[in-house]
Amino acid sequence: MTLLRDTKLMFVRNMQHTLRSPIFVFVSMFQPLMYLLLFMPLLNGLGGVPGLPSGKTVDVFIPGLLVLQALFGTAFVGFSLIDDIRSGVIERFLVTPVKRPAILLGRVLRDAVVLLLQCALITLVAIPFGLNVNIFGFLLSLMLYALIGISMASISYGFALIYKIEDALAPTLNTITLPVSLLSGIILPLALAPLWLQDLAKVNPFSYAVNATRALFAGNFQNIGIAEGFLAIGALAILVFFWGVNSLKKMAS
Amino acid sequence: MVIQTKGLRKTFISKGRGGRKEVEAVRGIDLSVRKGEIFGFLGPNGAGKSTTQKMLSTLLCPTGGEAKVLGYDLAKQQEQIRQNVGCVSQAGGADLASTGIENLVLQAQLYGLDALTAKKYASEFIDRFQMNTFIERPAQSYSGGQKRRLDIALGMIHHPKLLLLDEPTTGLDPQSRAYLWGEIKKLKDVGVTVFLTTQYMDEADKLCDTIAIIDNGKIVVTGTPSELKSSVGGDAITFSFQTEEIALKAETLLTKKITTGKVQTKNSSVYLTIKDGEAMMPDLLRALDAKNLEAQGVTLSRPSLDDVFLKYTGRSLREDQIK
Repeated sequence: MTLLRDTKLMFVRNMQHTLRSPIFVFVSMFQPLMYLLLFMPLLNGLGGVPGLPSGKTVDVFIPGLLVLQALFGTAFVGFSLIDDIRSGVIERFLVTPVKRPAILLGRVLRDAVVLLLQCALITLVAIPFGLNVNIFGFLLSLMLYALIGISMASISYGFALIYKIEDALAPTLNTITLPVSLLSGIILPLALAPLWLQDLAKVNPFSYAVNATRALFAGNFQNIGIAEGFLAIGALAILVFFWGVNSLKKMAS
Repeated sequence: MVIQTKGLRKTFISKGRGGRKEVEAVRGIDLSVRKGEIFGFLGPNGAGKSTTQKMLSTLLCPTGGEAKVLGYDLAKQQEQIRQNVGCVSQAGGADLASTGIENLVLQAQLYGLDALTAKKYASEFIDRFQMNTFIERPAQSYSGGQKRRLDIALGMIHHPKLLLLDEPTTGLDPQSRAYLWGEIKKLKDVGVTVFLTTQYMDEADKLCDTIAIIDNGKIVVTGTPSELKSSVGGDAITFSFQTEEIALKAETLLTKKITTGKVQTKNSSVYLTIKDGEAMMPDLLRALDAKNLEAQGVTLSRPSLDDVFLKYTGRSLREDQIK
């Protein structure tokens, strides 16, 4: 199948770029590590409040932190696409018979692979801090993070294709990532929030993802939140990916 | 015909202050490009050259008109056109972070070739364009001429029957230009048709079999370089004066003085197009002197494509470039 073949070609090309300067894979882990080292200790004192069982704050915090990494680690990938637009690379691809979705799919899959590596490393670092994690739940969570990463990367690429300049892209992405992360109960559990804030969080697909991954880490596989999380993020990923492909096709119109 | 267009149009909608505005970039273009020729699309910046080229390469959707490229319908058979046409944009499109060879192999694979054939084609072009010394380095380290060679190799890697080149030598040093001209000319020997846009008259003159001059989204004239030059009808004489006022007086005088030809004033210069300009010149200068209209400079030139441009658009292509 051509789409599969083209996607593989594009994936390899983008992976080559990442591997050319692999240091940045680790640099973008700096933010979550800072949260782990400098913020999590604050939560220990809060243990016992709603949504944060005492003595288990790390088990609640880490899955959320990985969602944060999935959001922020991929939100700014659009900048690399602007480079490719400016140097004419995207136009060069578009005049070949390459399948259009493959151009974006090769990128978001690369982004997902990088993200999963980061998530695994952060989890490893968290184990000495007392993290208890269900292995099977962790592996399922990785799928969820990949879907979150694909969603955020698609949004980032979609806007990059529309704006084609950095100046407009950065504020737009910040405008999206900040409320989305605040409204998903990552830093503090939403159980602490007033009702109106909890209601607002219900329209944020990422809040379902945070619930789902917390249940998965704890090994509560019967929790309905897991299915909700996969459904919400899966639907979002498909929606924004095709929106991105549409932006790519519109570039040539 | 390799390219045949009828009334090809492109209108962009720009949204800005004052609402939607329509910008007519290409206003109805009829083109016929024959197999195996080098067809030059000559015009100033913003004339619609790149827009036309982008439409022919399926990158832009025409607003109106129709076109056949290699016999395929531009509106319906884009896949076939993409597979058989090679295209090099003005920006070039080489992936700067990758090495030249990575660029070439991927490009060949995007046209459906397997990895082995892709590598074979890549090394063929590396030899042909003498890129051995730098092809293993990332493209961002290339000189302008080296990068341009890679860009053009990328456009040709799949051996297309038609090559679209958008301003292939803009910004290059004289040696690189001459080298590329040689390579483009060689394509004729293997039956490849080349459609190139350029804002350089010497390029169009030296390289092209047929030239279409485009201005303001429309083709003003088409022909071989020698046809176009002889259509100007004589030599061009330019008299430059201190002020426009003097120039206008001189224009009136010179118009009376000559029986055939054309006189035009622009700023403080008077442009004459007449047959046998060399023989006429002393006479004309004496006439100006007699009326105390002192010319500060006089030039005589055989017809060039710039004169052709001037004749058909009323403007000089050189002036446009300075602006």
